[in-house]
Amino acid sequence: METDFVFPNELHVTWTVMIVLYPYITGMVAGAFIVSSFYHVFGMEKLKPIARFALVSSLAFLCFATVPLLNHLGSPQRAFNIMITPNFNSAMSGFGFVYMFYMVIVVLEIWFSYREDMINKYLQSHGIARLIYKVLILGNTNVNEKTRNFDKKLVIFLAGFGIPVACILHGYVGFLFGSIKANLWWSTPLMFIIFIFSAIVSGLAVLIFLYQLIHWVRKKEINQECYHLMAKWLWGFMIIAVILEMMEVLSIAYERTERWAVLEHLISGKLKFSYIYMQILVFSIGPFILLTITSIFKFNYKLKNILIWISSVMLLIQVLLMRWNVVIGGQLVSKSMRGFTEYFPGYFDKEGLIVSFVIVIIPFILLRLFDSIFPFFHKKKIKRILFSEYE
Amino acid sequence: MDKIERRQFIKLGLVSAAGVICGSFFAFADSDEKIDFTSGDDLKKFTWGFIVDTTRCIGCGACVRACKIENHVPDTFFRTWVERYEFDKHEKIRVDSPNGAIESFKENNFDESEIVKAFFVPKLCNHCLNSACTQVCPVGASYESPDNVVLIDQERCVGCGYCVQACPYSCRYIDHNKGVADKCTLCYHRIHKGEAPACVNACPRNARMFGNLQDPNSKIRKIMQQRRYGVLKPDLGTNPKCYYIGLDKEVK
Repeated sequence: METDFVFPNELHVTWTVMIVLYPYITGMVAGAFIVSSFYHVFGMEKLKPIARFALVSSLAFLCFATVPLLNHLGSPQRAFNIMITPNFNSAMSGFGFVYMFYMVIVVLEIWFSYREDMINKYLQSHGIARLIYKVLILGNTNVNEKTRNFDKKLVIFLAGFGIPVACILHGYVGFLFGSIKANLWWSTPLMFIIFIFSAIVSGLAVLIFLYQLIHWVRKKEINQECYHLMAKWLWGFMIIAVILEMMEVLSIAYERTERWAVLEHLISGKLKFSYIYMQILVFSIGPFILLTITSIFKFNYKLKNILIWISSVMLLIQVLLMRWNVVIGGQLVSKSMRGFTEYFPGYFDKEGLIVSFVIVIIPFILLRLFDSIFPFFHKKKIKRILFSEYE
Repeated sequence: MDKIERRQFIKLGLVSAAGVICGSFFAFADSDEKIDFTSGDDLKKFTWGFIVDTTRCIGCGACVRACKIENHVPDTFFRTWVERYEFDKHEKIRVDSPNGAIESFKENNFDESEIVKAFFVPKLCNHCLNSACTQVCPVGASYESPDNVVLIDQERCVGCGYCVQACPYSCRYIDHNKGVADKCTLCYHRIHKGEAPACVNACPRNARMFGNLQDPNSKIRKIMQQRRYGVLKPDLGTNPKCYYIGLDKEVK
C-alpha cells in the first residue's frame, strides 16, 4: 500500500476491548460445558472428578458473559429490544434466544446433578442457609433409587442436548464476525469453526488451571488420571485450533488477491507483536512443546503437573490474544484498503483495561461463591481415589 | 443632481444584486422533483438516487460544512466527507481527507511540480438497494424507507455497532452523545419538503446531484443516460444508489 489513509469515521474503533472479552468468556462457557459432557454423555469415567466442576464453571462464566456487551452498548437500557423486536435477517438477532436457551440447559443440568447434595445440605443446615437450600430444592426432599435414576437420565439428556447448543452459542459468535463481508480480516466461513475449537481450548485450559490451583491452595492431591487426560485433550484441541487458524491465513496468502496485499501489511505491521510474536511464537508454540513433552514422555508427575499448569495458563493467554487479534485486528484495517487505524483501550475508561480486568476476574469470584453452594470436589471422594491409586 | 443619480444607480444595483442572490438561494434550494404526497403509498413513486461528478468537485468542503450544520453531526464524525487523490510523476499516490475536508485542503502532499494528476471524491452513504447495514441490524432499527432511503430509527437502536462494522464504505458511526448509530439520511427532512439535501444545495459546482431514479425525465436519469459512471465496491453486491462520474480505479 502506498498511502496510509483511513476513512474519517475510522479514526474511532467501534468494537472495543469489551467485544474482545465477550467471545473470550463465552468460549470458556462453551468449552467447559463440552468438557463436562465428555463424562456425562461419552462416559469418560476418568473425567468424572471435574465433570460437575466444569458445569458450574460454565454457569459462573455464563452469568457474566453479557456484562462486557452491556457495558459496550450505546443504549443498554434497550438491550431487550433484541428479543422484543428481533430482525431475523440479522445474524445477531438470535443471540438473546440462543443465550437464554443455553442458560436454561446449564441451570437445569446443574440442578439435576446437585439435587441430592442440596437435599443433604438442606437437612444438615440451619437458619438462613436452610431456607436458601429449601428454595433451591423447590421444597422437594424426595430421594430414592428411582429419583436418582431419573435425575441421571435427565443429566445425560441435557448434557447431550447442550453440546450442539454450546457449539451454536460460540460458533455463532464466530459467524457474527465471519459473515461481515466488509471486513477483510474477519470475512471467512472458517471463522465459526476456529471459534468453536478455540472455545474448547479455553474451556479445557481454564479447567486445568483452576483444578490444579484449587488443589494447591487447599493442599489436596489431584486426580492424576483425570488431570493428564485433560492435558492430552488440551494438546489435541490446541493443535487443531492453531492449525485451522494458520491454514486460514495461509490460504489467503496463497491466493494473493488484493485482500492479502492489505492483510500482509496488517500481520507484519500492527499485529506483528500481538499476533506473530505473542499469539503464535510464544503462546502457541510454547504450550505445544510443553504439552507434547507431558503427553509423550513419562517423568516425575509433580514436574509434569507444573508443566501442564503452565501450558494451561499460556493457552488462556493465547486464546485472549487470538480474540484481541481477531476483533481489534479486523477493525484496524481501513475499508479504504489504504491504511490502518490505531487503538488503545485506555486504563481508566468506561471500556478500558481496569474495567476489563474486573470483568474477567468477577466470574472467578462467583465461582468461589458457587463452591460453597454446590461443592465441586468431595473431600471423601478425593481421598478414596487417592487411596485406590496408591494402594 | 448627478451625484444623486449615481447614488440611486449604485443603490439600485446593490439591491437587485442582493435580490438575485437571495432569490437564487430559494430557486436552487428546491430539488427538481415535484413532491406531492397524499398517502404513504406515494412514497413508492420515488427511488432516491445520488450522482457525484468527481470531475466537477473542487474540494472546497462546503458540502461537509453544510451537512455538519444541517444535521448537527458530532465533531470528528462525518455523514459526508471529501477525499483528495494526488498522483506524482513516479505514479505514487497520496490520499487524504483532513478532518473530512471540512476546512477544505490547505496543503499539497507532493511538490506542485511533481503532481501529474489530482482529483477530489466526495463520499456519503450510498443508500444501497441491498444494504449490508440494514441486513445486520439485530433490532430492526436500521431500515429502508419505501422511497429507498436507508434510515435509522434512533428510538429503537441499541448502539451495538454491528451496522458500523457491516457498512463497507464506513459511512456509519456511533453518536456517543445519543448512544445510537447515525448516518446520512439524504436530508430526509428536506427532500420531503421538495428541497435538495444540504450538501447538494451547498455545492458551488453542481458536483452533487440528487433525484428520483424512477422518473425517466428526472435530471439524474438524464445524466445517467449521457455519462459513464461507476459505483463503489460493486463486488460486494450491495447495489449502491450513489453513482460516481469519472470514478478512478484507485477510489474504493
